[in-house]
Amino acid sequence: MADYLLIESRDPFDSNDVGQFYDLAANLAKGGNQVTLFLVQNGVLPARQCVHSDALSAVAGAGVDVLADGFSLDERGIAAGALVTGVSAAALDVVVDQLAEGRKAIWH
Amino acid sequence: MADKKTLTFALMDAPFETARTTTALRLIDIAARRGYDINVFAYEGAVFVPFALQKQHSNPVHGHPEVEEEDHPLPREWVSALIDEVMKNGGKIDWVNCGLCVDERGAGESIEGVRRGAPGDFWAMATASDNTLVIATK
Amino acid sequence: MKVLNVIATAYRATLEEQDDTVLWLTHAMKGAGAELDVLLRANAVNYAVKAQDIGRLAFGERVQKQGPRLAEDVAGLIAKEVDVYIVTEDLADRGLAADALIDGLKEVSRADMATLFDDYDHIWHW
Repeated sequence: MADYLLIESRDPFDSNDVGQFYDLAANLAKGGNQVTLFLVQNGVLPARQCVHSDALSAVAGAGVDVLADGFSLDERGIAAGALVTGVSAAALDVVVDQLAEGRKAIWH
Repeated sequence: MADKKTLTFALMDAPFETARTTTALRLIDIAARRGYDINVFAYEGAVFVPFALQKQHSNPVHGHPEVEEEDHPLPREWVSALIDEVMKNGGKIDWVNCGLCVDERGAGESIEGVRRGAPGDFWAMATASDNTLVIATK
Repeated sequence: MKVLNVIATAYRATLEEQDDTVLWLTHAMKGAGAELDVLLRANAVNYAVKAQDIGRLAFGERVQKQGPRLAEDVAGLIAKEVDVYIVTEDLADRGLAADALIDGLKEVSRADMATLFDDYDHIWHW
């Protein structure tokens, strides 16, 4: 087993590939790995209730720790206290923490 | 203070084109404040991030007819500030611009603290690091 | 240290660069002693198609003599004993049958990518 840090910078409005990255996160978690999905840039857009939010909440439901960059949320006027189920706001420092821990890190 | 770590980042994007550049520099800033040792392999368009000839301009559309008022960000200044920040906190930073990428783009004039290198440097950096993050372009 | 280079973006500046710059980087790092393998996914699965051909590229009188040879570059990695994996569903989604592709590829399903990742110290997604 390993620990993973998946960083999602893209959003599902713009890229069909985002759904596959969510699936990868879920599959890694189902495989017994500890997984963080860190949303950054436009990747935070589905953290506001919208047509793509259920898919994001489902990733959290699969056991993935889903975090959204506070700076990116603020930049897009998404209230940190109003994120969809399973998503929490976090500082970008978490990415550096988890890189420093040696997690396998994948940027999408 | 947290244990000292060595992190390597591979960047690909030219400045002024994508949010990835700023996010990458934000990550490097966090590592710099912690005094980590940092390696950056700038590949393709990213060789322009520390390009020495970037210049500010005014912006009448913003209501800033004078250059000073606009204070337009220059990624080369951000990189320079990051180099200072790393050193201030007891870390080291090795910023390598991929040489062939520099040549084909005419990006040879970089700020101080940036050196020319090759793919073997990236592998050597990654091998010697606690972790490596590749931030590729799209 | 064992690395899996995951290549997803395809045909980005391949005409200007005369190659895919991540395939190129993989070749260069392999030459420098790197231990790495490749996973082609998303549009990059098309790099394995044998029939790719750019024809003649010219701007005014300036004719481009050398073009990208992407399938050859992928085959070249296989010849250097780099394992090149390719995602089964991404091929199927794009209408790509096995006989259209170069030899030596190792298919992996989307679901099995997670298991594949366990074999590597780092996964670099390009």
